Amino acid sequence: MALLEVKNLFLRFGGLHVIKDLSFTVEEGSIASLIGPNGAGKTSVFNCLTGFYKPTDGTIIFAQRDITRKKPHKITQHGMARTFQNLRLFKSMSVLENVMSGMHCRSSAGPIGSILRTSSQQAEEASITRFCEQCLDFVGILDEKDRIASNLSYGHQRRVEWARALATQPKILLFDEPAAGLNYDEKQQLIQLIKRIRDELGITILLIEHDMGLVMKVSERITVIDYGQKIAQGNAEEVQNNQKVIEAYLGKEEDEAA
Amino acid sequence: MVNLLQTTSMDKGGQENPGGLSGWLQHQKNRLFILLVLAAIALLVPLISNNYGLEILTNVWFYVVLCLGLNIVVGYAGLLDLGYAAFFAVGAYTTGILTSEFGVNFWLTIPIAVCFSACSGCIIGGPTLRLRSDYLAIVTLGFGEIVRIIARNLEITGGASGLIGIERPSIFGFQLDQIVHFYYVFLILAIIAGFVSYRLQHSRMGRAWQYVREDEDAAEAMGINRVAVKLYAYVIGAIFGGVAGCFFAAKMTAISPETFMFQQSVMILLGVVLGGMGKIPGVIIGAFALVLFPEVFRDIGSMRMLVFAVVMLIIMLYRPEGIWPAKKS
Repeated sequence: MALLEVKNLFLRFGGLHVIKDLSFTVEEGSIASLIGPNGAGKTSVFNCLTGFYKPTDGTIIFAQRDITRKKPHKITQHGMARTFQNLRLFKSMSVLENVMSGMHCRSSAGPIGSILRTSSQQAEEASITRFCEQCLDFVGILDEKDRIASNLSYGHQRRVEWARALATQPKILLFDEPAAGLNYDEKQQLIQLIKRIRDELGITILLIEHDMGLVMKVSERITVIDYGQKIAQGNAEEVQNNQKVIEAYLGKEEDEAA
Repeated sequence: MVNLLQTTSMDKGGQENPGGLSGWLQHQKNRLFILLVLAAIALLVPLISNNYGLEILTNVWFYVVLCLGLNIVVGYAGLLDLGYAAFFAVGAYTTGILTSEFGVNFWLTIPIAVCFSACSGCIIGGPTLRLRSDYLAIVTLGFGEIVRIIARNLEITGGASGLIGIERPSIFGFQLDQIVHFYYVFLILAIIAGFVSYRLQHSRMGRAWQYVREDEDAAEAMGINRVAVKLYAYVIGAIFGGVAGCFFAAKMTAISPETFMFQQSVMILLGVVLGGMGKIPGVIIGAFALVLFPEVFRDIGSMRMLVFAVVMLIIMLYRPEGIWPAKKS
């Protein structure tokens, strides 16, 4: 069954057609990827899905609900989490506090409860902390929970973002170029982590990635777009042998696959 | 190269065993001890101080409440508010009008003032919080002036000459009319304000304010309704100002629109920025500096504001994050 269904999506900024008639589906429990050359409109698709851009036309159905043009926080509450291409951490806050942001929409204590520190508020705080520590443990940086986020190494800052997205308890997790800036070892760990998120937590994954090696290794289904249009769809082998895809990348693919 | 290695290893050692004052302060017990000592000093001050000293310190506690209130808006939520005196005016006028014109008991006016200031927070915040910070600053500046001008022109607020004869509150038949009484009243208010700020800062709501301040888009992607969260900050900040206004009216027994000029908003903001936005001890120190500095330099007459300005510039140049140190680890 399709968890996410994008139907005839259009996005225009003035005269610029960023996305043209794009349709694709992501099956529940799968690891899917969205690839394409630079400027193909991948991140724009993500921004439409998560509510940051309002698509000009088309519908997005997520978990049996129409989320087209809904507010970002509503979409997150409905179970879609994302990471950002360039890190967007809350830099001056601790790692744990960063991850706690994900639990905001899953908790409810208001100002009065917080001032009085009612027993239900305390219990909620304790469960938030516990769950966020589990998320940090899952991505392997529980040791760093009390450090200020901006003082972490780049690779670990990326992990904070993943943990933060996991803390929203999503049904689907959208990774926007998670491997950017990671070294070889970190990329291998990322591949393991993506598989573990799907296998152990049952979270569906949609990935945008430049690193072809990584995409081919983890994805079960790949959608290729160029100039905002879908040019191919299939598993790794099918996509790699697709003439249109080879043309779109035109040698670039060989560099990256190496 | 050897030197470099040595310094890094020393740094690491310092991190593991935090020494010195800041390390000592990290322990909850020590912090509580310091707080208790400071509270004891504050409680005993009236025994040794003359009325002039008490008047100034009462003023300090009053500004601590206002600065902590504005700190929620500016420090936690990162919304630049240039019209904070308006909320303070709403509280003061609510108490002033209700006690002097309608003979309502002072204590009953507080919940009403809380409602009014919260409503004014909603009225100004609702439509404007969608704006990004620079525009918000201009709108709040306008709002502050509008409130003052309304107070100046309405009959019920006493026009330009303001309200006089505001009832002094009494508690269990004990009339509060000496400066020492108000010293304790404002000290208690300041303690409550500090306590509420602390609890809020370390709660789900307090964290949400900081997320929105740090990165609005990321906060929204994490499922935080940024408009609702900002509105909360605005309304809670307004309530702080409103309550401070109630007690201000009762202490002065007379209020006039000139008390709530733009300059007042700037002074409160100055206290917050000077001490360190978002840091409770910093904001309290900021309020102290704000009130004490002009008093200490009273001897040099009109030059003191110039000296004040220069000191402020120096602090902002060398410590843009405020007097209180930022946390690092």
